[in-house]
Amino acid sequence: MKLLTIGRILLFLAASTYGTVHAQSSQKLDRSKPPEPGPPPKVTLPPIVTRQLANGLRLMIVEHHELPVADFVLVVGSGGTADPSDKPGVASLAAAMLREGTVSRNSLGIADQAAFLGVNLSSTSGWENSTISLHTTIAQLDSALALFADVTLNPTFPEKDFERVRKSRLTDLLQLRDQGPAIANIAFPAILYGSGHPYGAAQQGTEASVKALSTADLQSYYRTNYKPNNSTLIIVGDVTPAQIEQKIGSLFGGWKREDVPPVVYGAPPSPGPTTIYLIDKPGAAQSSFRIGMVGVPRSTKDYFALTVMNTILGGPFTSRLNQNLRETHGYTYGASSRFDMRRGPGPFTASAEIVAAKTSESLTEFLKELNGIREEVPAEELLKTKRYLQLQLPGNFETTGQIAAALVPVVLYGLPLDYFNGYVQNIERVTQADVRRVARQYLNPASLAIVIVGDRKLIEPGLRGLNVGGISLRDFAGQPVR
Amino acid sequence: MKKRSDMGIPVESYELPNGLKVNLSEDHSVPIVAVNLWYHVGSANEKAGRTGFAHLFEHMLFQGSANVGVNEHFELIQRAGGTLNGSTWLERTNYYETVPSNHLGIALWLEADRMAALLPAMTQEKLDTQRDVVKNERRWTVENQPYGTMLEKLQEISFEPEHPFHHSLIGSMDDLTDASLDDVAEFFSTFYVPNNAVLTVCGDFDPTQALALILEYFGPIPRGKFPLSRPAMEVPALFGSGLHETVEDQVGLPRLFTVFRTPVFGTGGYYAASVCAAILGVRKGSRLYKSLVRGNRRASEVSAYTFDLAKGSDLLVLDVTANTGISGDEIIADVHQEIDRLRNDGITQGELDRAQTVIETDIVRALETAGERADRLSMFTTYFGDASLLNEQVSRYRQVTVDDIQKFADDYLTENNCRSLLYVPADSSGMFEGVS
Repeated sequence: MKLLTIGRILLFLAASTYGTVHAQSSQKLDRSKPPEPGPPPKVTLPPIVTRQLANGLRLMIVEHHELPVADFVLVVGSGGTADPSDKPGVASLAAAMLREGTVSRNSLGIADQAAFLGVNLSSTSGWENSTISLHTTIAQLDSALALFADVTLNPTFPEKDFERVRKSRLTDLLQLRDQGPAIANIAFPAILYGSGHPYGAAQQGTEASVKALSTADLQSYYRTNYKPNNSTLIIVGDVTPAQIEQKIGSLFGGWKREDVPPVVYGAPPSPGPTTIYLIDKPGAAQSSFRIGMVGVPRSTKDYFALTVMNTILGGPFTSRLNQNLRETHGYTYGASSRFDMRRGPGPFTASAEIVAAKTSESLTEFLKELNGIREEVPAEELLKTKRYLQLQLPGNFETTGQIAAALVPVVLYGLPLDYFNGYVQNIERVTQADVRRVARQYLNPASLAIVIVGDRKLIEPGLRGLNVGGISLRDFAGQPVR
Repeated sequence: MKKRSDMGIPVESYELPNGLKVNLSEDHSVPIVAVNLWYHVGSANEKAGRTGFAHLFEHMLFQGSANVGVNEHFELIQRAGGTLNGSTWLERTNYYETVPSNHLGIALWLEADRMAALLPAMTQEKLDTQRDVVKNERRWTVENQPYGTMLEKLQEISFEPEHPFHHSLIGSMDDLTDASLDDVAEFFSTFYVPNNAVLTVCGDFDPTQALALILEYFGPIPRGKFPLSRPAMEVPALFGSGLHETVEDQVGLPRLFTVFRTPVFGTGGYYAASVCAAILGVRKGSRLYKSLVRGNRRASEVSAYTFDLAKGSDLLVLDVTANTGISGDEIIADVHQEIDRLRNDGITQGELDRAQTVIETDIVRALETAGERADRLSMFTTYFGDASLLNEQVSRYRQVTVDDIQKFADDYLTENNCRSLLYVPADSSGMFEGVS
């Protein structure tokens, strides 16, 4: 530790342009105003190089040479929506089982090798895709890629390991029943989309569906959907396109192309009048709120206006919902909202965990904000929101893992390769009128599903007193209670 | 192109005349800069009847200061596209912002203003609201979560009632209710002073300019007027007696926490304890995972970790959740069998290699972000007065030998140094039927 005295500092600072000015001004410092920011740093988002193997596998490569590491994310274009409708949870369990055995490695062998190499290997599924991810040092690149290719191409879905994974999943599902927020997360989409739409299904499966699944179901899902022509491999790190294309080609070139049946489903149910869906959890200290409606697909032309509008309403800490429910009233530790945009129209959801005694008061405040956003937002509030969205961009591209994650929606929704370069401008174009228009078009306070998981005895009288809509009692799965 | 080697993180350290310690760590790969401030105060410094105060106080630091309006801290950082937060732990409280590099001055100005002049902005109304927010945080993270009381229960069984680590970090509802503006003023004047703080700037900045700004904003803040008394932390090296507590809670499955008292963070014994934890319970391939999740399948999840406490004693925790239909007694027997096996038969070089690689991978990956590098540099300065110790961490873990683990197990994984906490479903009549 260097001990600096004032004298030494002045000496030190005198050597620089900034130094003298600041050192002098420190005598009569004006703390009353924040300093003006300097000119914004030049942000150059990394160029994306694409390649395609003969079997249809697309490569999306970003060179990033800061550290000798690389991230690989294989995006398979099928996820939970490709589950057979009577077998929710298949995509998710198929992804989990990829790391449980291959033709040449057993489950612990895969885990041990990943640990030995010091790599992170994971596989999961979402609504519209399944992903297999690898983070490795360049020193271990060849061995790590061989392991990555093995779990991708040669999984065997061993019976014995499936029984363990199945039991673990059933245990997880049971544990969710203890948690109000988890119950609300499952019941809300089930109520909003109903049983006839894949977005209403439980992605992790239900107790009944998981019990009924077999390894044949998982293999069938894998054989149908995990195809090179249905996949893109995102590569970010200390590699060059030529070198990595050759390595990937030799590992994945033998993967056979085959047509993948498209996922077809109908429109979500048309919205009814605003209704409170009350799920009783006796003794709950907090009420879990999920308020919303069917939203929009990622392809919406209003993507940027909706992003700005939702950021004002319920995005960061300074959003209206959080300021109101947390900072003004202290009813919650945090309130937020989001549009979950997918291939189809995912939900708009406003949520918070509310102290039980303030349940009805909080619903009033939620509705106030959902109505308020339909009026013109002040120019200053719009401006600060745009800056928030625009200026956070570089911070989201700090590590190879973050860059790879940012490219997943580019792959999944076919966004242009220069999408991030146009982002700042596209946000800038959003006007007050746009915000008002999309708020009115996509948020309808007269047609909301209001799901509240809480202590019914305590909260129902207050909710009835509000007269915001009918009250429908539901169970933990969102189904009507007789 | 210049590459950072895995752990060769550059750092220049200074101390201002008012006692503020400063670390600067340049890295220009991304145009962002992280500002990180550690105050050497945590729940251990709370007085009787004020549990949870250090954390409530952390909330108050976002409620404005002499020249910063209520919410302006969040507003200024978020409109710059930055992120920010704070957190409270037993021994320290930290505050941090990551902003585009041209906003370094604003982040420093905000931190300096609340260090220089918090109290003029404090009002009863703000205190009341944040007290409610914190009570909701407690309901959310402690009371409405299965096993949510585990941290405070672990502290209770691991430290005697008079020890500063004994009481709850988030505090009791009653103590939160009793906290007053006078408490805020006293806590601020005692602990939120430059000579009790470490400021780290990490990322894309000019060090000369940054030092000038730091001097301008933080230089005039006077040293604290009150002595920084540190509570006595010393405890015997071992618990000296066993203790077992069973907690009935709204949980679906029994979950067992087995705790050992271990050498404090930074000592040689700490690294052995931490590697031993990884051998026992970090990821698949660890012993508890192989024998309890894979082998007899009596556990659904296992993990193991150290608390990383730098004073008093550290704790090594084995955390095992039973499978459905398995009793607490059965997993207690299993865990003890694994501990005996480790003590009696030792470990293999292969197990040691795996554990060290897993730890190294996690450290190297965490240090990819400027915010995390800044936080850890602040930590090493706060606890040990030397930020550059961060660069030695991987080799400290790598130096642990098979013999070190054996010695650690012999000395610390003993019956009279073992305490445990078992959660069992309150309604054992079976809210959930068994799964088979």
